[in-house]
Amino acid sequence: MNSEHVAARTALTSGINYGDSVPAGAPNVASVSILPAPVKIVIRNVHFFYRSFEALKDINLPLYDKRVTAFMGPSGCGKSTLLRILNRMYDLYPGQRATGEALLDGQNILAPGLDMNLLRARIGMVFQKPTPFPMSIHDNITFGMRLYEKLPRSELDGRVESALRRAALWDEVKDKLKTSGLGLSGGQQQRLCIARAIAVQPQVLLLDEPCSALDPISTQRIEELIAELKSDYCIAIVTHNLQQAARSSDYTAFMYMGELIEIGDTATIFTNPKVKQTEDYITGRFG
Amino acid sequence: MTSLYRRRRIANFVTMSFCYGATAISLVVLAAILWTLFSRGIEAIGFDVFTQMTPPPGSHGGLLNPIYGSLMMTGIATLIGTPVGIMAGTLLAEYSYGFLHRLGEVIRFVNDILLSAPSIVIGLFVYELVVIRQEHFSAWAGALALAIIVIPVVVRTTEDMLRLVPVGLREAAFALGTPKWKVIVMVSYRAALQGMITGVMLAIARISGETAPLLFTALNNQFWTTDMNTPMANLPVVIFQFAMSPYEDWVKLAWAGALIITVTILLLNILARVVTSVRRVG
Repeated sequence: MNSEHVAARTALTSGINYGDSVPAGAPNVASVSILPAPVKIVIRNVHFFYRSFEALKDINLPLYDKRVTAFMGPSGCGKSTLLRILNRMYDLYPGQRATGEALLDGQNILAPGLDMNLLRARIGMVFQKPTPFPMSIHDNITFGMRLYEKLPRSELDGRVESALRRAALWDEVKDKLKTSGLGLSGGQQQRLCIARAIAVQPQVLLLDEPCSALDPISTQRIEELIAELKSDYCIAIVTHNLQQAARSSDYTAFMYMGELIEIGDTATIFTNPKVKQTEDYITGRFG
Repeated sequence: MTSLYRRRRIANFVTMSFCYGATAISLVVLAAILWTLFSRGIEAIGFDVFTQMTPPPGSHGGLLNPIYGSLMMTGIATLIGTPVGIMAGTLLAEYSYGFLHRLGEVIRFVNDILLSAPSIVIGLFVYELVVIRQEHFSAWAGALALAIIVIPVVVRTTEDMLRLVPVGLREAAFALGTPKWKVIVMVSYRAALQGMITGVMLAIARISGETAPLLFTALNNQFWTTDMNTPMANLPVVIFQFAMSPYEDWVKLAWAGALIITVTILLLNILARVVTSVRRVG
């Protein structure tokens, strides 16, 4: 554990409730499955405003590298908003602003004057609805890669293949790379979007309800994919689906009305939450 | 319940009947126009129409000079009007915030006025602006008048089509770190391509038949010329002049001209459909 990590943790543990076990910390039955991991992003005192409406109130939490952190909570609790802060997506819209800090490897991504495009190339995002571009499957993948790298054709094709393989889509599309990405099924389109995001070789993957528009089989494939991808990325996933959070994440955060109620390792949050609101939500008593 | 159900069925039947009726009326009118056009036009059309100049009354001739003139003026007007229209439409659709939003409101309002402005007014405007200063009619002036008609049509359709592109698609492009101009050109334009091309086609179709603005600008010319700085023959004005004449061969050529315009527009539309559908797959 490096000193930066410790400092981040100390800063974070004040004011928020972790589950019984501080992640990567104390000897605790629930956290045995999770090995310590370095902090990738530290979110500190973040507030978010849609004009005068405060959608996020003083959010503090870490996101760990090579771990999946799930955000759950009822609609409108601010979980998607939080995700959209991390790649400054809100910047596209006037009247939306964030205060506080979000440190990616120590660099504040909320700082003014930051190159938005370079930031977004480091932080991939997959949306609720599949969004293939109106171009061929091949071009969908190369679109992002070509923005910041000059690659020879041979290497380009290799990267396309490896991205599609990682997204578990290669076998289904290898014979029709030149056909439109719009011709794929919903589940395939979503995996295409994941492949497109990872082809840029980002460090963080943000998944905003990536399975909510998909059938159970496609959902299962995406979840397997998330488990597979976390060996390389820091992953944050927003989900409405409690089972999905329980199945696919290492850490779970529960949010309500723009506040972070509780965060901890997933097993603890689901079996022994500290805050009553979390328990009520998990057991289906509200939300 | 059953009486409510019956009432709904009757209301449904009546409404549907009106819909079918309205559709039938418009289709019958369209068919009648096309039938007249084709039956009169085909008997007038022949090889000579495309190879000979407009004749004096009572002698044999064709429409070569007005066909050339119309192609040139329509083509140049489209080349001028399309980029201007697409850029303005893009500004309205993609840069709608802050000062540009308020500017956009004004542009949109003015554009809508221009869109519905009578073409004769535009002809008169170019007459004042160009023809009077140059002291002669010219094909350039004609092309300019037509370009002014193209612009508002393209602005409107471009903006409308770009606004139909889902926000999620743009965000997905931004999320990869794509600069804004590239999001617009590579993603928004591609997604809106078919609609934008339809808009350009609509504009071409509209100016192909415009007579009033050309009467003030390009006028007419019964001789062959390729000099854009002189008066130039064009199909609408020739049709206007020939169809109203008492000479039978002139009237026949007018029908031939009308048919040529219609068929050209039809072919252009089909071509556009084919091209865009091929590119969508690719």
